[in-house]
Amino acid sequence: MACFLAPMSEAIVMTIVQKVVMNKAKKMGRSGSENTRSTWTRRLGWLNKMLWGGSVLLAFEHLWHGEIVPWPPFLTAMKNPADVGPMFHEIATVGTAMAVAVTVAWALMILVVELRGRSISRAGTTSTVGGTE
Amino acid sequence: MWLILTAFAAIITTVVWYISPQRDTYKLGLLSLAFWGATTMWLVDHVMAYMSEGGEFFAMNPDATMLGVTVILVALTIWLFVLLVGDPKGVIRKLIHK
Repeated sequence: MACFLAPMSEAIVMTIVQKVVMNKAKKMGRSGSENTRSTWTRRLGWLNKMLWGGSVLLAFEHLWHGEIVPWPPFLTAMKNPADVGPMFHEIATVGTAMAVAVTVAWALMILVVELRGRSISRAGTTSTVGGTE
Repeated sequence: MWLILTAFAAIITTVVWYISPQRDTYKLGLLSLAFWGATTMWLVDHVMAYMSEGGEFFAMNPDATMLGVTVILVALTIWLFVLLVGDPKGVIRKLIHK
């Protein structure tokens, strides 16, 4: 009905968060925390691309099935009061599950990148120590 | 069917992103992540619908196939629009200043 509204809402919030982090990184001088902020700006960009991309394509699918229309009230379910309750229920259940699934997938990506980065830096330290001996 | 086609597009674009040295120039990450986001969302939608209503997991009919193809075209069109607006190779800029 309108399940894509939950991940789209998260996309709006996370885009604002990304902009705030990006602005803070620009204001700060060159320091370790600035590097951390620019890293997180990039990582939040991955989440936003998944959320926006998914939401837009899902919105198109809803348009295809006649569940949304390009004129008010935009959501077909809003025309019939009996459909409003199930629509909100679907947003709360399916929509929230979609947003959570994308966020979990993104968190796993971050975890893999972090672990890979640590193993590479550890291997670099070991080879440097080995070279000085 | 649109879930299968979008997942297929996500895999193809990820492979292209991985092997292409100009992945950042052509914003291949955007296309790949958009397809993965949609695939994840539709997978959740299909699983929840299957658990609550039952029936067939994948809708195998001409309408579902047409939707899958159109979804890929929509994603490619948006990606192309973002690419042309960004104009990383300066092709549009050169045309304007000719």
